[in-house]
Amino acid sequence: MSGTVIESPRVSLEERPDFSVITQIIEPATRVLDLGCGEGEVLAWLVEHKHVLARGVEISPSLVRKAIARGVSVYQGDIDEGLADYPDGAFDYVILSQTLQETRSPLEVVSEMLRVGRRAIISFPNFGHWNVRWSMLFTGQAPKTKLFPYDWYNSPNIHFLSIQDFENLCEQHGFPIEKRYFLAGSSRIRMLPNLMAQTAVFLLGPKR
Amino acid sequence: MVVETQIAQFDSIALDSGATLMPVEIAYEAYGRLNAENSNGILITHAFTGDAHAAGVSHDGGKPGWWDNMIGPGKAFDTDRYFVICSNVLGGCQGTTGPASVNPATGKPYAMSFPVITIRDMVRLQRMLVLSLGITRLLAVAGGSMGGMQALEWAVSYPEMLLSCIPVATTWRHSAQQIAFNEVGRQSIMADPDWNQGEYYDTKPPARGLAVARMVGHITYMSDESMREKFGRRLREKDKFGFDFGVDFEVESYLRYRGSQFVSRFDANSYLYITKAEDYFDLANGTGALADAFRTVQTRFLVISFTSDWLYPSYQSQEIVRVLRRLNGDVAYCDLPSNYGHDAFLVDVAEQTELVRGFLASTARTVRPA
Repeated sequence: MSGTVIESPRVSLEERPDFSVITQIIEPATRVLDLGCGEGEVLAWLVEHKHVLARGVEISPSLVRKAIARGVSVYQGDIDEGLADYPDGAFDYVILSQTLQETRSPLEVVSEMLRVGRRAIISFPNFGHWNVRWSMLFTGQAPKTKLFPYDWYNSPNIHFLSIQDFENLCEQHGFPIEKRYFLAGSSRIRMLPNLMAQTAVFLLGPKR
Repeated sequence: MVVETQIAQFDSIALDSGATLMPVEIAYEAYGRLNAENSNGILITHAFTGDAHAAGVSHDGGKPGWWDNMIGPGKAFDTDRYFVICSNVLGGCQGTTGPASVNPATGKPYAMSFPVITIRDMVRLQRMLVLSLGITRLLAVAGGSMGGMQALEWAVSYPEMLLSCIPVATTWRHSAQQIAFNEVGRQSIMADPDWNQGEYYDTKPPARGLAVARMVGHITYMSDESMREKFGRRLREKDKFGFDFGVDFEVESYLRYRGSQFVSRFDANSYLYITKAEDYFDLANGTGALADAFRTVQTRFLVISFTSDWLYPSYQSQEIVRVLRRLNGDVAYCDLPSNYGHDAFLVDVAEQTELVRGFLASTARTVRPA
């Protein structure tokens, strides 16, 4: 791989800047499980460019169909229940991209990710972003922003969290954070991430 | 694509029951071309009453194959890329040795002296055919319903001989409900006086019993919703009830038609033997430990079920998938939304095509020289 420029998956890159971070984190020839893998764009890209062994879980049958049509081995099922079937340490990386806030039991999901995977990559939209705070403060209504575009009654998001919330969770439950990436659009944010970042990507290491 | 069924003959086959058949014949069709590396072979395994004629149109009569919408140039099983084989099962009545075949020892049809066979026996004979065609490793074995059972049996019995397995609308063991429906079919045949302990080849077949068995079968292949859509309570060529026991409803007419059609193409004794093979089917051999059966399996799997299939419900496919996941196997699974019940695997081909095409292409990539 050395010397070659690796392009990240073009699909959805603009809407999903975390994809390029995730694909850079993953080492070649590893075992990767993507939870809520959608059409399997990231996995297909990783198979082609990093020769990973790829597996996915996705709940929507139409997305599963498209992912399998891409040649990715995807299982139609629920993230909250589905992880239980995998043996300990079955994967090098377990990805959960922009989905943690949609799971019923986020704490269990993170714990399970670090059981079946040596490392977990978790990205989520930051509920602490200034735009969200602003919207809440001045309208007095459930925030509706570019990051959180849904009305409160039809949002898939059921567990809102900020970057600070996630840091606290990892601290309390002993999930070792190996790397943090904070993004606004596709730019890296280094100052005041909990206020300035729209998206966070965490790489969690083996549980101590 | 005009096709002709061919026959391969082997000296003998040893069966699970302990019996040996000598000789044994197997009817098969093949489509497409085997590549120079012999690496693009795909075996299609048929459902209960299917036959070797899976694709194309038969040279005699121009009948389309039973999975012609899935097999052919540019289709899911693309015969421009793959060499596709389909054979009639052991115990069948469409060219492969079965109870209607002549027993060379007596010069008469075997009838009920035919040994009881299993799904594993069917697969053992298919393996002999595949090897005789020069193929030591198949790209895939694929089939729906009882065809799915054979595909699964292939993966367990001969894991080194297939790269991938596509079991559709099937199970890893026959359930009480599945056995129950089969038993109704068998009892219907055996209650027909014309069955005569299976000795009817010189007289007339148990047509009424076989037709009723088929009628029950057809009910289980549909769904409440598909029957409501297809027939509702519509009357057959009349405006009001006949107040007799002739045909009133469309659904009655349909089932009678299907029943009588079936009698002309299927042997009642084959019905008994093949349903028994299905009922004996249990990949875990009664232990309940499916994981033990799959322990050494390195095959890729594409498992497909259909939401309205109540004969082979989705949970049976999900059990297979869960065990494979526990073993960290390579398994893709989709529960396709459909109203057609068990028949969906023959009818809903657009979604299956998308799945199968992508899965086969990615499997084929793994065998290409780097």
